Amino acid sequence: MNKLPLLFLGVFLTFASSWIGLVAYPYLALGHMQPLPDEETGGSFPPGNSGLAVAGQRVYAANGCLYCHSQQVRLEPLSTDIEKGLGPRQTVARDYLRAQPVFLGTMRTGPDLSNIGARQPDANWHHRHLYEPRTVTDWSIMPSFRFLYKMRKIQGQQSDDALKDLVGPHAPPPGWEVVPNEEAKALVAYLVSLKRNYPLPESPEPPAK
Amino acid sequence: MKPHSLISSFHPANEPDTLASHERAEIDASTRFPVLLFFGSAIFWLLVGSLLGLVSAWKMTHPAMLDQMAWTTFGRLRPAHLNTVIYGWASASGIGVGLWLMARLCRIPLIHSKLLISAAIFWNIGVLVGVLGILAGDSRSIEWLELPGYATPILFIAYACIGVWAIIMFRYRRPGHVYVSQWYLFAAFLWFPWLYATANILLIWEPIQGSAQGAVNWWFAHNVLGLWFTPIGLASAYYMIPKVIGRPIHSYYLSILGFWSLALFYSWNGMHHLIGGPFPAWMISASVVASVMMFIPVVTVAINHHMTMRGHFDALKWSPTLRFTVFGAMSYTLASLQGMTMAIPSLNTLTHFTDYTIGHAHLGLYAFFTMAMFGAMYYIVPRLTGREWASAAAIRWHFWLVATGILLMIGSLFLGGVLEGLAQYDPRVSFKTSLDYVTPFRWLRGISGFLLLAGHLVFTALFALMVLKLGRRKDGPTLFAVPTGGNPGASAV
Repeated sequence: MNKLPLLFLGVFLTFASSWIGLVAYPYLALGHMQPLPDEETGGSFPPGNSGLAVAGQRVYAANGCLYCHSQQVRLEPLSTDIEKGLGPRQTVARDYLRAQPVFLGTMRTGPDLSNIGARQPDANWHHRHLYEPRTVTDWSIMPSFRFLYKMRKIQGQQSDDALKDLVGPHAPPPGWEVVPNEEAKALVAYLVSLKRNYPLPESPEPPAK
Repeated sequence: MKPHSLISSFHPANEPDTLASHERAEIDASTRFPVLLFFGSAIFWLLVGSLLGLVSAWKMTHPAMLDQMAWTTFGRLRPAHLNTVIYGWASASGIGVGLWLMARLCRIPLIHSKLLISAAIFWNIGVLVGVLGILAGDSRSIEWLELPGYATPILFIAYACIGVWAIIMFRYRRPGHVYVSQWYLFAAFLWFPWLYATANILLIWEPIQGSAQGAVNWWFAHNVLGLWFTPIGLASAYYMIPKVIGRPIHSYYLSILGFWSLALFYSWNGMHHLIGGPFPAWMISASVVASVMMFIPVVTVAINHHMTMRGHFDALKWSPTLRFTVFGAMSYTLASLQGMTMAIPSLNTLTHFTDYTIGHAHLGLYAFFTMAMFGAMYYIVPRLTGREWASAAAIRWHFWLVATGILLMIGSLFLGGVLEGLAQYDPRVSFKTSLDYVTPFRWLRGISGFLLLAGHLVFTALFALMVLKLGRRKDGPTLFAVPTGGNPGASAV
């Protein structure tokens, strides 16, 4: 085994096998999948997102939400994800067609977000939560994303996008308001868009227990 | 090819015999500047990375700490920590050790070392630009690939010079035996650019569509550990253990089996990070099987190292190199056996999304790889600087601080992670309960970070003294104690 070509060939072939299996194959098999047309409404599954929600993915990535929040409902009976209410069904490849990048995640330091838009459709809730998580859940260990918001003096009338129902020590003083910046608006639009509850034939909903 | 030459090609005892000491000194001298530059910059990034990790760890128990600015939010500090330690510390120290070992084992001096010096500078510019980019908010949050697209080409160009140099050295080696460490290094220097280019092209520069990204992501991330850091760590252990105790590796056949089974099985492991995820079932199954098959390379290497060490364990009392290296080698066995169990789907579903996985990563990257690199540096640096380590007591402090620190860290992450996982698995238990279970262990983990940082500061001071030529003059290596028994390798550190 002092022969360089033989060593090279072995090193090359073993590695090439995994490159073909775990890189080339999924690219060919999953990389060209199409959304499923929805005949009733003329739309498609997964539905397309607003430009703001698409921009929100960049904010999600830049601030590393993925390091604590997964976005995958794993199959039964291996996991209890569906029973815990993370989603009505297992998430499958088609669910991630429009995601860029794909935030499957590897940690659940916080809850899974595959269907957070279905669980919490209220944008104001998300803004309050991002501004100060402990005003919503007092034991939360999520960091505040206050740097995406601005506190300012109310000029004339309160702005339309000012945060409502901020209470406790984090509430703005009278005459002041807290408003989200463009990044916060995009991030919340993205979070509210996270709904993997439309029907897909390849992932039927399990019967309720 | 005669079987005889196959066997003898692995004989480490051949290496010192065939090289006169002045030739060895010449080879060492030729590697001095690039290797010391890689080591020095690696140690700098180790300090930065430890600090980033420490702050990230304390944020888990103190979420309001440093939450005013975007660049100090957890979701930016954590990837900054990971990338500084992966590319700044581990890769650079591995490259330094790898180049030195390659020159020694190929028995040729390093030529045109200025090229490698500029490669080291470029590599560090790449890491710096990339980490600042993460803190500035340019990360794509693809794990292990957070360095922004404008930083990775710098790293890649730097790497190209380094990798080509290592392969050229191997090509022009002096005729004779090829030692097992050379195989591992040769393979690692070829695998890394393939991995890094594939992942960057398909995920960062021209992203592919949909969940296939996850497959490429974990094929890359797991293989950086398995086919870049692991071969370098093992190459170092395969060299240092026989060198220090002065006897050849126990079995050459086991070395062959260990190498080829690692090459075949490790490269298929990545999908065990995605069990239950949106992928064809066969891909997940293939990775689970390959993960369990890792039993073969791991146990092979463990037996080989153990049988080599047998009867020489007292050398751990006096040799710093050996103590760090053996700690690393034993952790490699533990990390890999644990990794096998973590790939089994029913266990994976309990521990996967918890701190347990973070503990596993630190067992592999710190307790194995980082400790092996410390061990190698204790051996190599005196040979490059012509000085001896300033203080055995300081080396002892370094060892015990980082050994206690890492054991406390992984112990608390494992226990906390299991409790967290069990609580999260049970649908009747609230999320808050799982958090209550794991929180005390996160405090312990936070404390362990101080021990590690303190150990790294001691090591930095020792290294700085060596580079500034303030180490002891040569009157024998710095050892913990007087070597016992008639150790032929007692001249080693």
